[in-house]
Amino acid sequence: MATTKHTLVAIVEDKPGVLNRMASLFRRRGFNIESIAVGHSEVPHLSRMTIIVNGSNAMVEQVRKQLDKLIDVVRVSDITGDNITVRELALIKVKANSATRSEIIEITDIFRANIVDVASDSLTIEITGDEDKIDSMLKLLRGFGVREIARTGRVAMVRGNLGAVPAEEKAARSRAKK
Amino acid sequence: MKKTGAQILCESLIEEGVDVMFGFPGGVLLPFYDTLPQYPQIRHILVRHEQGAAHAADGYARATGKVGVCMATSGPGATNLVTGIANAYLDSSPIVALTGQVARPFIGKDAFQEIDITGITLPITKHSYVAMEAGSLSGIVKEAFYLARTGRPGPVLIDLPKDVQEEQAELHHPGKLNLPGYKIPTKGHPMQIKSAARLINEAQRPLIVAGRGVIISRASAELKQFAETGQIPVITTLLGVGSFPENHVLSYGMAGMHGSGYANKALENTDLLIAIGMRFDDRITGKVSAFAPHARIVHIDLDPAEIGKNVRVDVPIVGDVKAVLQAMHEVIDAGEHIEWIKQLDEWRKQHPLTDIKDSAGLLPQYIIRQLYEATGGEAIIVTGVGQHQMWAAQHYFFNEPNNFISSGGLGTMGFGLPASMGAKVGRPEKTVWCIDGDGSLQMTIQELATLVQDNIAVKIAVMNNGYLGMVRQWQDLFYDKRYVATPLSCPDFVKIAEAYRIPGLRVTRREEVKAAIEQAMEHDGPFLIDFMVEPEENVFPMVPPGAAIAEFIEEPKKEVSTWPRQSTP
Ligand SMILES: Cc1ncc(C[n+]2csc(CCOP(=O)(O)OP(=O)(O)O)c2C)c(N)n1
Ligand SMILES: [Mg+2]
Repeated sequence: MATTKHTLVAIVEDKPGVLNRMASLFRRRGFNIESIAVGHSEVPHLSRMTIIVNGSNAMVEQVRKQLDKLIDVVRVSDITGDNITVRELALIKVKANSATRSEIIEITDIFRANIVDVASDSLTIEITGDEDKIDSMLKLLRGFGVREIARTGRVAMVRGNLGAVPAEEKAARSRAKK
Repeated sequence: MKKTGAQILCESLIEEGVDVMFGFPGGVLLPFYDTLPQYPQIRHILVRHEQGAAHAADGYARATGKVGVCMATSGPGATNLVTGIANAYLDSSPIVALTGQVARPFIGKDAFQEIDITGITLPITKHSYVAMEAGSLSGIVKEAFYLARTGRPGPVLIDLPKDVQEEQAELHHPGKLNLPGYKIPTKGHPMQIKSAARLINEAQRPLIVAGRGVIISRASAELKQFAETGQIPVITTLLGVGSFPENHVLSYGMAGMHGSGYANKALENTDLLIAIGMRFDDRITGKVSAFAPHARIVHIDLDPAEIGKNVRVDVPIVGDVKAVLQAMHEVIDAGEHIEWIKQLDEWRKQHPLTDIKDSAGLLPQYIIRQLYEATGGEAIIVTGVGQHQMWAAQHYFFNEPNNFISSGGLGTMGFGLPASMGAKVGRPEKTVWCIDGDGSLQMTIQELATLVQDNIAVKIAVMNNGYLGMVRQWQDLFYDKRYVATPLSCPDFVKIAEAYRIPGLRVTRREEVKAAIEQAMEHDGPFLIDFMVEPEENVFPMVPPGAAIAEFIEEPKKEVSTWPRQSTP
């Protein structure tokens, strides 16, 4: 079956075990999670995950439904086909000496990335963008010798007004606070 | 006033209506067990192996529809529960498993008998908790029971560190549940119900296949009304047995790998399959690509993840089976499918299940029929796993839900005896027969002692064929009769029973069957009959693995008598 890359966004309660349960549903079906990014959402005690997986539509939909059944998962959506903004951040430590340093800085400027650390024989660059942008920059930097890469994995958001946390849930929580 | 965690736990259990639990103690549960006598409302039944506790809770839950409770100590006690929890998970049985855990300061240090039981059971529980404060216990218990019994039921585990049981805290009455991630579909979408009704009203050869979801939803009356109004024949899955009365004229029995020929023919020929509270397990679909090839499919299920999982569906209806059937009954026409029903009756004549060959030997099918007669079809039948399980499903007629209790999804040998214990404890007014295999029984035979200690009057019928019969059957049919690792040397089960102080009888001939069953039923207390059945009898019909559901093999030779079939309209 043809597999494609899917972007899932999950709103989950930040309780122990949530990540385990979710990962286990993917593992069981032999999915390799390509990237997963977790952080706070706009609602206290709810985390937001962006999960990138490869799989057939039917398989991914099956996992999505299973994820949605987990008690601590408030909502999961597959936003692959939606109009979305996707970003990833990478830190890249690249070898640099007096001969190459200025050329690397030039590349950094072209990609609107930042130098965040300068050492005697390396530079650390911070870049934000979609996957393609980061990949193309990496390609150019490889020639200099890349020492270390740290990527956050993608985070994604649907364009427009709608939020990922169900409105009724937000309302309930703000009521509970009062 | 402050209470200990153990007291809070007991009071919360009582709050949930728990009056019995199946457990086995250990070091980290000492605080709990020391507290238990303060609460005589809770009857504690000491099992002989924790697997038995989980199966007993499961059997209790299936017989009563209430949540069953089991308990085990940390480490090996907890891991012994695992099979029972998995069994309950696959058959959507509501149980709460309580496990002891090492004291909080020792967690994560590989302390003596520390095991990450919530981690181990992650994929086989509906949800789980580690109670890290005594003060949180009442809320956890309330949530756990709510989750176990509502929606699609299932096992929930609560891990209880020793020092939490001792910790003092105020007993808070838990407030409203806050489970934003937990959605229970209820009604079913009206548009979908309408589309389904349109298909039903147009169908020439409609067929209902009913699963355990009908029983869980207590929707048997609604199913009957729906089938009668539409004049739609009904078949069931293994776990759906009893959801529709088998003596009803519209009943065509169980379908699937060992389903009746006519039920499987019906599946092959229907033009509209209405699947209710079932999940298209491979044991009922056979080769998926050849499943119900002429049919459009309406699938009614509470669990959205079951829709389209194994089989393509034309009209999915996500909702509680009972509510959906009520709503659907309002919009279907009174039907008549005379030709179709005539055809099904014709198939029933051609492929009868109700005939048992006249054999000199003692046939398990015959014994099960005798059990049916002797109990008037009113007993709760609990089985092990294997040939005897299939014969029990085929040859005992179930006219009420919750009377057939069997391990379907996991197919757990050893389920029978402890589950029948749970069933009898839950419904003491019922006659409970455990129809077990000689292999299955030996997996949990130690629970005979529990029957005696707690005076649980389960009647046990061992179908003793000296084989792991179901596996031997596959070797017979598909591996040239190479019986490797299936011949079984058995102890003298009557002597074993007697050693446990349970009276027993050995039956070797047909003529003795009836009297033996009567004697067992007259006896006030547990009783065991060791039926020495024909060793190489096979279960038929059988759909070979990988074949289409209508490609069943039948008993090679067929003689004999007809069995009277009652019918009520
Ligand atoms: C715990 C477990 N182990 C192995 C199996 C595989 N298995 C399925 S049926 C069967 C034979 C059961 O033998 P017995 O209980 O004597 O029943 P019979 O088929 O002879 O009626 C086996 C080994 C199983 N279902 N469960
Ligand atoms: Mg056997």
